[in-house]
Amino acid sequence: MEYQTFVLKYAEIGIKGKNRYFFEDKLVKQIERVLKNVQGEFKITKVAGRIYLAADNYDFDETIAALQTVFGITGICPAVSIERDGDSNLPDYEHLSKAVVKFMDEVYPDKNKTFKVKVRRVDKTYPKDSMELGRDLGADIKETFGMEVDVHNPDILLNVELREKVNIFSEIIPGPGGMPLGSAGKAMLLLSGGIDSPVAGYMIAKRGVEIEAVYFNAPPYTSERAKQKVIDLAGVIAKYTGKVKLHIINFTDIQMYIYEKCPHEELTIIMRRYMMKIAEMLGVEAGCQGLVTGESIGQVASQTIESLLTTNEVVTKMPVYRPLIAFDKQDIVDISLKIDAYETSILPYEDCCTIFVAKHPVTKPKLEVIKKHELNLSEKIDEMVQTAIDTDEIVVVER
Amino acid sequence: MEAYLDNSATTMAHKEVAEMCVKVMTEDYGNPSSLHHKGVVAEDYIKKAKEAIAKTIRAEAREIFFTSGGTESDNMAIIGVARACNRSGKHLITTTVEHPAVLETMKYLEKEGFEVTYLGVDENGQISLEELKNAIRPDTTLVSIMMVNNEIGALEPIEEAGKLIKEVNPKTLFHVDAVQGYGKVMINVRNMKIDLMSVSGHKIHGPKGIGILYIKNGTKIVPINYGGGQQKGMRSGTENVPGIAGIGLAAEKAYADFENDINRLYELKEYFIKTASEKLTDISFNGLTGRDSAPHIISMSVSGVRAEVLLHALEEKKIYVSSGSACASNNPHVSATLKGIGVDESLLDSTIRISMSTYTTKDELDYTIDSLCDIVGLLRRFSRR
Repeated sequence: MEYQTFVLKYAEIGIKGKNRYFFEDKLVKQIERVLKNVQGEFKITKVAGRIYLAADNYDFDETIAALQTVFGITGICPAVSIERDGDSNLPDYEHLSKAVVKFMDEVYPDKNKTFKVKVRRVDKTYPKDSMELGRDLGADIKETFGMEVDVHNPDILLNVELREKVNIFSEIIPGPGGMPLGSAGKAMLLLSGGIDSPVAGYMIAKRGVEIEAVYFNAPPYTSERAKQKVIDLAGVIAKYTGKVKLHIINFTDIQMYIYEKCPHEELTIIMRRYMMKIAEMLGVEAGCQGLVTGESIGQVASQTIESLLTTNEVVTKMPVYRPLIAFDKQDIVDISLKIDAYETSILPYEDCCTIFVAKHPVTKPKLEVIKKHELNLSEKIDEMVQTAIDTDEIVVVER
Repeated sequence: MEAYLDNSATTMAHKEVAEMCVKVMTEDYGNPSSLHHKGVVAEDYIKKAKEAIAKTIRAEAREIFFTSGGTESDNMAIIGVARACNRSGKHLITTTVEHPAVLETMKYLEKEGFEVTYLGVDENGQISLEELKNAIRPDTTLVSIMMVNNEIGALEPIEEAGKLIKEVNPKTLFHVDAVQGYGKVMINVRNMKIDLMSVSGHKIHGPKGIGILYIKNGTKIVPINYGGGQQKGMRSGTENVPGIAGIGLAAEKAYADFENDINRLYELKEYFIKTASEKLTDISFNGLTGRDSAPHIISMSVSGVRAEVLLHALEEKKIYVSSGSACASNNPHVSATLKGIGVDESLLDSTIRISMSTYTTKDELDYTIDSLCDIVGLLRRFSRR
């Protein structure tokens, strides 16, 4: 079947009152952005609650794949269009009926299905009204293929729209959902080489938030390939957001210092506190309104409720968003697989969180105790944090 | 200073080799199968390379075939012989310490219904001739043994094995993976009773993507790829003439001043082991370390330090070594060779490989040892508690 139009559906944006235009414009901009990399001629039209994409000389699969990376789109309906005859008349009923029957024949080789025809007559000059059209087209289909009509729970909902042209569509290909990028500020993602943080970044980006990321590098304990892995994972998010600015912080000295001065069982917790602190400092500088982590309650020692309380305490200027907080691992893996991050995430390179981990790290750290032990660091730590930020390596990952 | 000590992974190409490749690609780029002059010129490069290579191993030019590298040579030899001889038997013999190019090929043949015997190695990484003798059966069609182990530099008793095989079953063919041995060991395929031998270009300062398979005249073997019938139908596909010219020259150079080169390498190896042992505590060397081992490979265990971390720390000082064997170090599994020779469990993950070439200098080794002294102390202080 040759489709000339895609009807793009979006849900939440429609209910945003006067802000709707703001959201719609952002969405159109994102669609334009992804289509720049797709071969074909495209034209986007915004009409009351829907976006129409006229497409010519394009590849179907490539176009759908691109549209599925645009947050805000909930559904993509490939439609057959019939242009007006010359510049005035919509096709007459006979012509219309033929096209509708042909559509049903080609799209549904298996005719053992129930259907319903839903007509939207925007152009009120058309001689039949929507009720009549629905009834007559339904009758024609039934007569041709012997298919049954079911108005309440049809297998196939066939949409016929009569507007500046006729659009016939039935299938809805799911979009990613969410809110268009750029509609909701910016956040700093703590990105490791694991499975969780890329998923967390994806989920927050999906709500329209622009993502910057920070990775804590620990050479020579971590390798150049581990760093490349994180750059690749930032690329997974950039596939949806166009680009991700990634800060690579050299964390080795800080980590060693903590290792020497503090109890070994508390190493990970104290390390994470400094990571959060540095992330917040970078976030403030970058104009972020929040931090994002891939933490999930109880997943590891540093993510127990007590540990989260302890690491959360250092962040004072912005909220920490933890979209995976109540997710089971398998649910996270499922999303990771869906966004094509998984294969990269499981590459076997060490990251800085695993190299010096104690055999029995604390699972119920007490804030006062941790703070007391951190006093051992007071001589050099501020300077080290500042050096780490000053030597920040920035990689802009684009898609 | 930079010290490239990962020559068993790959080597820098000789300048003359690279220039030769460029010349063939930009001037003498004809297809050797073409009937016109350009084709004749290209064919001549192949002829000359075969002659040069044959001379280094006491073979004939017509016994030299070109492949895409060591892996393809191993595949072609093992699969080609196994299939050609499957009427006289379906039993093959190899060792547990072979390169994956051999081991995985054997595994594939096992799935195809062949039976494979894997010979173990002693603490020096060497096979037992007694065990080999007992393993050979009337239906054994091929024995494949590496000349030099890529992880610890053990020298396998190739000549003794070759003679033994022919003694026990004259019909059994003998394949030698000489990817690490060629250029480091004097080879005489007649005396050593070798029927097939694999060599790789980029391990001997030649180009990547080119390898050699020596096939003794009259050896029963079938091709594993089909097409235009080049190289007597054994390996169809337009010959990689720039690579062939390059490997020919590299082979010639590998044996041009052999005695001197090898002596120098042994001296460097002895020097490194002696100096490192004096300056570093709690290190050990795996396998044999004298002139009864390969001259270019040193396997060193540094207790209390993870090999990968040490590798990256050395890398920061532009010293390039490998942890285990580079071809397999992306796999998290522990080295079969190190385990096979009985390296202590706690050292398996603390072993690096230093591999030299004729370009390696004493200065580089001194620089490496000094750097190791700086790094190892620091790393041990911060090792996992």
